[in-house]
Amino acid sequence: MMRETFVATTTALLDEDPRTALVLADISAEAFAPARRRHPDRVLNVGIREQLMTGVAGGLALTGLRPYLHSYAPFAVDRAYEQLKLDLGHQDTGAVVVSIGGSYDASEEGYTHQSPGDVALLDTLDGWTVHVPGHHDEVPAMLRAAARHDDRVYVRLGVQENDRAHPDGGRLRVLRRGGPLVVAVGPMLDPVLEATTGLDVTVAYTNTPRPLDADGLRVLTESEVVMVEPYLAGTSAAAVSSALEGLPHRVMHLGVGRREVRRYGNWRDHAREHGLDAPGLRASIVDFLA
Amino acid sequence: MNFKLHSNPMTATAVHTDRLGPLLQRITGDRKHLPSAHSTLDVLWVLYDRVLRITPDTVDAPDRDRFLLSKGHGPAAYYAVLAAKGFFPESWLDDLGGWDSPLGHHPDRVTIPGVEIGTGSLGHGLGLGVGVVLGLRAQGFTRTRTFVLLGDAELDEGSNHEAIAYAAATHLPITAIVIDNQSSTHGWPGGIAARFPGWDVSVVDGRDRDRLERALKPRHDRPNLVVATVERKGS
Repeated sequence: MMRETFVATTTALLDEDPRTALVLADISAEAFAPARRRHPDRVLNVGIREQLMTGVAGGLALTGLRPYLHSYAPFAVDRAYEQLKLDLGHQDTGAVVVSIGGSYDASEEGYTHQSPGDVALLDTLDGWTVHVPGHHDEVPAMLRAAARHDDRVYVRLGVQENDRAHPDGGRLRVLRRGGPLVVAVGPMLDPVLEATTGLDVTVAYTNTPRPLDADGLRVLTESEVVMVEPYLAGTSAAAVSSALEGLPHRVMHLGVGRREVRRYGNWRDHAREHGLDAPGLRASIVDFLA
Repeated sequence: MNFKLHSNPMTATAVHTDRLGPLLQRITGDRKHLPSAHSTLDVLWVLYDRVLRITPDTVDAPDRDRFLLSKGHGPAAYYAVLAAKGFFPESWLDDLGGWDSPLGHHPDRVTIPGVEIGTGSLGHGLGLGVGVVLGLRAQGFTRTRTFVLLGDAELDEGSNHEAIAYAAATHLPITAIVIDNQSSTHGWPGGIAARFPGWDVSVVDGRDRDRLERALKPRHDRPNLVVATVERKGS
């Protein structure tokens, strides 16, 4: 659903705003065919060339356009990392990178089509806003807000969704009040809510882990924090540590493990394997708070 | 927009090229890169003196011609030409790579007026250039021309070939200039032009300014490669 929402919103943006451009590397090209027919100068498919996709986005931005680019996370981020670093950041330009696939949505495709490390890679670079929507209705506002400036934005679309949208998830939003803080990023919210049923914890949600809501984190942290993220475990360790500097605290980071899981199945199988389903999360959280 | 097409009469005649020698000598901090720096000197001079519609007053004009130095290595000649044309003070040349200097051993567009892209890591200029051409076209700047300068060894980087193939497939009006000083470790059997299928090609003496001008001046409605041959690196 998130991918469909992305196509609809971006197609509308291309109609409404002549500054908007879209660069594709074959992925989702068919879905954008109507937009490409209407705006052949601003909807560009470079073929299976992700380095060029990002370089072209940098060039478009240098002329004043606002480029959106899109592919599977491993191709948009891992493969074209130096283009993100140099063709955008070093040129002092920006773009909106919209990925699909993420950690293990492409479960049957295997590790080549997965990027649990995408957010960690972007964390090595300056100035990236990272959105991880937990529901497809959270996506349009992210894409539309990004059209109004020139900064670097990453939108990580996924298959896994929460039951409800929380459109105001840009900062930490408290959904359950209690003791120790559990932060759920994007699609981790529903499994976290289920996992913590009956536990005395505070559950807060965000769909924008970068920049992390440091003020909110300081206010909500009593002494324990559990970060639950749908990408590489510990990705936010530095950001959390920085936010809580000077405050005594204990923290546990849950997320996708580093070890390659050489199994296929579906995303639920992989969530279970990484301990990111409700039973796995409950076991980790109970153990940490015991 | 207030930038108008003009032939740039002031700069075409006011600066004699003999001034480039002393300017180059002021750049002392980059000995490592000197041979490749000089390999680009005549091409750069012809571009800025006879071809490009850009002056220090039009560095931000949206329809200015674009020159992208993809091979950021050996920028001494680039800096000397930009200084000679008044894009920045000649005194900047005296502190190349210094803490307070805008000029590094690779150019940075953020710190140097007139520099379109920051480069150094090889294989980025052509992709950026393709994007620049597309962005200009989408905004109706169809008179604006875009040039990208590469080195023959830079073609080793695979990213170039993504841009070369796409430009050919889409008949993109971009001009790539490859300075051939035979510095690629494994060479290009069959010639550099053979790596640019679907492009217009000319191979010229990279030291002959009149021939360079004749190769660079005409507009092409599809991708255009100019191979500028100079003496072998280190010879």
